Amino acid sequence: MDAKQKDKLATGILYAIAGIIVLLLASLLGYILIQGLPHVSWHFLTSPAKAFEAGGGIGIQLFNSVYLLVLSMLISVPIALGAGIYLAEYAKANWITDVVRTAIEILSSLPSVVVGLFGFLVFVLQFNFGFSILSGALALTMFNLPLLTRNVEDSLRQVSFAQREAGLALGLSRWETVIHVVIPESLPGIITGMILGAGRVFGEAAALIYTAGQSAPALNFSDWNPFDIASPLNPIRPAETLAVHIWKINSEGIQPDAAAVSAGASAVLILAVLLFNILARFLGNRLYRKMTAES
Amino acid sequence: MQNYSLTDTYLKPFDAGQEIAIATKDLKVFYGEKEAIHGVSLPFERYKITALIGASGSGKSTFLRSLNRMNDNIEGTKVTGQIMYRDLDINSNAVDVYEMRKHIGMVFQRPNPFAKSIYDNITFAPRRFGEKRKAVLDELVETSLKQAALWDQVKDDLNQSGLSLSGGQQQRLCIARAIAMKPDILLLDEPASALDPISTATVEETLLRLKDDYTIIIVTHNMQQAARISDYTAFFYSGTAIEYDETRKIFTRPKIKATEDYVSGHFG
Repeated sequence: MDAKQKDKLATGILYAIAGIIVLLLASLLGYILIQGLPHVSWHFLTSPAKAFEAGGGIGIQLFNSVYLLVLSMLISVPIALGAGIYLAEYAKANWITDVVRTAIEILSSLPSVVVGLFGFLVFVLQFNFGFSILSGALALTMFNLPLLTRNVEDSLRQVSFAQREAGLALGLSRWETVIHVVIPESLPGIITGMILGAGRVFGEAAALIYTAGQSAPALNFSDWNPFDIASPLNPIRPAETLAVHIWKINSEGIQPDAAAVSAGASAVLILAVLLFNILARFLGNRLYRKMTAES
Repeated sequence: MQNYSLTDTYLKPFDAGQEIAIATKDLKVFYGEKEAIHGVSLPFERYKITALIGASGSGKSTFLRSLNRMNDNIEGTKVTGQIMYRDLDINSNAVDVYEMRKHIGMVFQRPNPFAKSIYDNITFAPRRFGEKRKAVLDELVETSLKQAALWDQVKDDLNQSGLSLSGGQQQRLCIARAIAMKPDILLLDEPASALDPISTATVEETLLRLKDDYTIIIVTHNMQQAARISDYTAFFYSGTAIEYDETRKIFTRPKIKATEDYVSGHFG
């Protein structure tokens, strides 16, 4: 076999591997959508779940998922940005930094069940937040922070040192250089990391079972005062999310249409993540173009 | 390559009548324990182009980067000695480094425009320092780009990204960006080494024109370039300034053997 044939063979194998992955993803996605989409209707998306009879929806769970996502990103993104900037731009190469990095790596490989139990002990019991959106959001922050921080740090490091020198040589401070030169350039990478993090948060169940709880009390969608117990915005109420709902129906659901609800909820979950990705990417690109004049 | 004496040096004295823009006194640079620059004392005359030449690793870039304290940002680097600028030792800790760098601009070896539009590349720093008037900024963009000989090529689309320009244009954009700060002194670290001959020639013409308003110190690998554009030349060898004189003399009648061997191409 000469070099040309070898090259063809190797290319063929790589194509095949890539093809298998695409096929796997496509069939999984297709299966979930084909099974689930027929059950998705406006009624299904907006009405509350029913415990014993058919015809329940996922309205509250869907809202809970989105609200939890927003809340946990509001907490974790600023911390991740700060920690990532510190590690990439300011941290000196010494043992403290090494310890911090190692800790982040270990945290990022922690199973989410463990994070959930930790959240249960600390936020639910110790801090007395109870089963609540707040406990859930804090647990998800623990779960998400290491990866987000790592991502911010890596994205910043991708920007060449010459860009930083350019800023400093013009008399800008290090901070100004980071904020106005380095971050805009690393924005696409940072946003991609945030999207992946958001997807993980949206689909996470194990860490939430013990923190945000498994019940979805009825909400009054005309009451937007976050201090009222029936208000959707109240962060101290228990909040079963879509992913937890899917898990619960499949493990202990007694509704006659449990399978259908589970399939429909799964389809919605996947579509929501997809939609969120597209939206975030679109906004990210617009922002990047605006900041960098790249067309 | 033979070893040359580091004590056998000739540094041209300057007359009292010549105006000195910046001068180093016994400047030493350490990377960790290693002394990379061994106490260099050089004055640089105002509104002249001074070239720093020497082989790779001779310390000329390290020396240049000390002048606006860019070495501060490299961990483990220490600079001792004095850098006198307007009767002020800018190597002292009391000096506001950021303010100082507004007066001593720098252009780097590889073009490093920001990932921003041409307009923003130039106005970014001035705006950070408080200039908000649109008319002033517009004027600044036009004059700096004209001074850097880039205006005619980009005036129709100042909103395009600085990174979409060719290498030579990017480097001239970096020069424009540096002079938009209206510095006193412009430091250039091998600004043409990554460029093709035509772009190099344009950059050289640009520098010759800028000399009317700026004191220019340029590190170059290219001896023809030093001979073409500079008024004074300092020859660096092994972290020491071996010979410093008028460029004409360095290239025709060098006083030190090491200089003679270097400019005639025996090593480097």
